[in-house]
Amino acid sequence: MKTRSMTAAIVAGAVASAVTSLSVATPANAQAKEKCYGVSLKGKNDCKAGAGTTCAGTSTVDYQGNAWTLVPAGTCVTMELPDGRKGSLTELDRDLPKA
Amino acid sequence: MRFDPPGSAVAALEAFAPALLEGERDLPDGIIGPDGKPSPRRFNVYRNNVVVSLVEAVMDSYPAVLKLLGEDYFKAVARLFVINNPPKSPVLIWYGAAFAEFLESFPPLAAYGYLPDVARLEWAWLEAYHAADAAPLQPQTLASVPGDLLAGLKIAPHPSCRWLQSPWPVVSLLAVNRFESGEVVDLAEAQEVLVTRPDLDVEVRLMRPGCACLLEALSAGCSLSEAGERAAQSVQEDVFQFDMCLSDLLAAGALAAFDPEEAAAGFLSGGSNGIPD
Repeated sequence: MKTRSMTAAIVAGAVASAVTSLSVATPANAQAKEKCYGVSLKGKNDCKAGAGTTCAGTSTVDYQGNAWTLVPAGTCVTMELPDGRKGSLTELDRDLPKA
Repeated sequence: MRFDPPGSAVAALEAFAPALLEGERDLPDGIIGPDGKPSPRRFNVYRNNVVVSLVEAVMDSYPAVLKLLGEDYFKAVARLFVINNPPKSPVLIWYGAAFAEFLESFPPLAAYGYLPDVARLEWAWLEAYHAADAAPLQPQTLASVPGDLLAGLKIAPHPSCRWLQSPWPVVSLLAVNRFESGEVVDLAEAQEVLVTRPDLDVEVRLMRPGCACLLEALSAGCSLSEAGERAAQSVQEDVFQFDMCLSDLLAAGALAAFDPEEAAAGFLSGGSNGIPD
């Protein structure tokens, strides 16, 4: 592999350029609210902070049934995979890992 | 329900715990109803509640995977996950770390290759959310480091900083399925993701090529010059933009603050030694 040497001058130049491109007067996290590459998904932490942060119900009755007659019913089924690799939904009743 | 342990309490628990998760197992000794007779029905209520509460914990931590699979399917998969991966810690916020690997090894979902990486990204989100609070590195702090010390400077990623290189458009999938974005998902697009929580909000953004490698190297203790070299070598010729990458990382709060006086005195310098190949 060809080595791309990062000399002290290149590193110093990159840092200088990076710092200059950000307003030095503005804190980095305030900057982040306006500037990003591509897309930035902001928190929306309100109620969705994962398990243990809300009171998980403990009295729900939930029966297994024969779950593997199910297919993904969410947005998975509406999306096409590249190379025509759309889910073979009939595979669901075999190859299950051992419980 | 009264539980009279036969023999030691430890032996009783060793018989009790597996019976909770494996439906075919016999009722553990000592589970009796008010009439003094074995009560499988009562035990089944308890058994169901253990599994359902853990399934709901997994559901809370993976809302995008939930949306992708639909609730019925998700609950069925999560139930298998729970039975095969009982909690190892009493801390519920950290339950479900291995869900991505489980999805990856689950044959019925093999056709949905993006699911495990969506799960990984949601776990990274959760880790960032619960990470220690710390001040992100400010651009002016970096600017105050003498130029001749920059190449040897060692900067650690911020404690909340996580990154992921995926062959799938995981940021777009998360945006659509967790944050109700209306963007069009191109499943042929690979994405590098940066997750940070510089303040109170978790932020998820795309990264430029090579940036993930730069973070990887910095977290491994490489100096800026070493990390830059690794990042440049990780992508195709001249694709890596060191300055833009640093700028993005600073703007995202992805780097940990350091003491500029220590840096000026060379204490954070890694020198030019030892790049393992």
